[in-house]
Amino acid sequence: MDANVIKQLKITACKVRIGIIEGVYNAKSGHPGGSLSAADILTYLYFYRMNIDPNNPAMQDRDRLVLSKGHIAPVLYSVLAHRGFFPVESLKTLRKCDSFLQGHPSMKLTPGVDMSTGSLGQGLSVAAGMALGAKLSGKSFKTYAILGDGEIQEGQIWEAAMFASAKGLDSLTAVVDNNNLQIDGTLTEVNSPYPIPEKFEAFGWNVVEIDAHDFEEIHAAFENAAACSGKPTAIIAKSVKGKGVSFMENNYKWHGAAPNTEQYETAMNELKAALAELEA
Amino acid sequence: MSEVIKTATRDAYGKALAELGAINDKILVLDADLSAATKTGVFKAAFPERFINVGIAESNLMCVAGGLSTVGFTVFASSFAMFAAGRAFEQVRNTIGYPGLNVKIGATHAGISVGEDGASHQCCEDIGLMRTIPGMVIINPADDIEARAAVFAAAEYVGPVYMRFGRLAVPRINNEDYKFEIGKAVKLKDGDDLTIIATGLMVSRAIEASEILSEAGINARVLNIHTIKPIDREAVIAAAKETGAIVTAEEHSIIGGLGAAVAEVVSETVPVPVLRVGVNDTFGCSGPGAELLDVFGLNAENIAARAKEALKMK
Repeated sequence: MDANVIKQLKITACKVRIGIIEGVYNAKSGHPGGSLSAADILTYLYFYRMNIDPNNPAMQDRDRLVLSKGHIAPVLYSVLAHRGFFPVESLKTLRKCDSFLQGHPSMKLTPGVDMSTGSLGQGLSVAAGMALGAKLSGKSFKTYAILGDGEIQEGQIWEAAMFASAKGLDSLTAVVDNNNLQIDGTLTEVNSPYPIPEKFEAFGWNVVEIDAHDFEEIHAAFENAAACSGKPTAIIAKSVKGKGVSFMENNYKWHGAAPNTEQYETAMNELKAALAELEA
Repeated sequence: MSEVIKTATRDAYGKALAELGAINDKILVLDADLSAATKTGVFKAAFPERFINVGIAESNLMCVAGGLSTVGFTVFASSFAMFAAGRAFEQVRNTIGYPGLNVKIGATHAGISVGEDGASHQCCEDIGLMRTIPGMVIINPADDIEARAAVFAAAEYVGPVYMRFGRLAVPRINNEDYKFEIGKAVKLKDGDDLTIIATGLMVSRAIEASEILSEAGINARVLNIHTIKPIDREAVIAAAKETGAIVTAEEHSIIGGLGAAVAEVVSETVPVPVLRVGVNDTFGCSGPGAELLDVFGLNAENIAARAKEALKMK
């Protein structure tokens, strides 16, 4: 990957993180931790990988993304806003009564959202349906599903994993955002889904393991997925929950809590300093 | 008089799907390892490339159907009512209902008349469950003609539809030229003493009940409400106004189903007595389907008896 492209993606991801904090702070609720951990991958997908058009969000042959861990809506909204689907300013309306930015994604309200999600465990099945739809209609679009590592405790994920493999859905790529934290603590403390790569391999998937914050590795993983024939791909992305905001990093308490004013200012100062450094 | 034709509505469902598949190449049919029983196997035999078996995984079934519908297909997803509406309720609610996707749920083996398999498979709660989902259309056909018509109407309609079919062969009550309209009740017999409002296989029994009542000099109106949601409020209100008493009849729990839907309309508009014939908040049991209908009071005699009680309350 070109160094300039990586630099631009890093800058964009930093702006996306600022949008996440802006949204959650103004809403006084929401899920910053997992939004921040998935920010680099979603930035890569929407700014580099996916065939989409902000001026035509319902474009028939566009690539699709199902945010199966729908609670990280703030990162999806921030990415879509920065990509031009709607004004960045509207991120401040997140979770408000008259907003088109619901607490969890609604495809009927928000341009660029391909599926309404929020109830964990259902998105991989939906994405498999989309990938099967592409196959049956001879279309070449790709479908991406973003899963939480805690989310894969849901049994339906494995129904979908079995199905996607059995039907040879190679246009489907699932990303497991492996930040190792869920609401009640670490994955292992709660109910360990480890080892994750072996589980997907056993279900017949092509599996790639990466650092979720390294754009070279992210790019290589999606190239690998695109080249893989006959199997769906699972990208197990080792991530840091709260990535980019020092006091939120690796702390499960930031799964579903909004910063107060002081914390908001600290977070914004850190992110703006990081942005200034990247842009220098 | 010619012999009454008896067909299970699930058979009509399977045949209608195959018929529809021949004229519409956007039709996909999904099943969860029950295609022989749900009769989607008829479609599978005709269009194997448009039939998808997800295996024994009803949650996945509903969400895959949702995903397929977003690519422009009209998707029929089938299983037994117990699993389609019961096990997969939350998937239907969140992934089909909330986004309003174009998925048609073909739920077979509804009600007590499933028979020998017993309570675990006798779903008497599905109408109640589906009725709580905003925007869900619920159709419970009375015979094979209506079942076929419902499948075609559902394919035409854009949005989620829940169709309820039975395992047991039931008498045909409609003619070949029957015109079906979603949300429109059918008046099968006029009368002014009271109205029997029935749905599904109870419609033919309601007609029989009206004959019993007629012998006792009671003139019962009979309405077939095939679409439980949206319910034909106009027809229900007219029945309450013009006949002053109502008996409902359904092969479903008396909680949450047709009786509840009718009572909700009547109590808020023209309050008159509404007595419900249905499964009285109890689980089913094993036995031949036709016999079980009698065991649970889902017959003409019981409808007639309840009608007489309703008349006394006028």
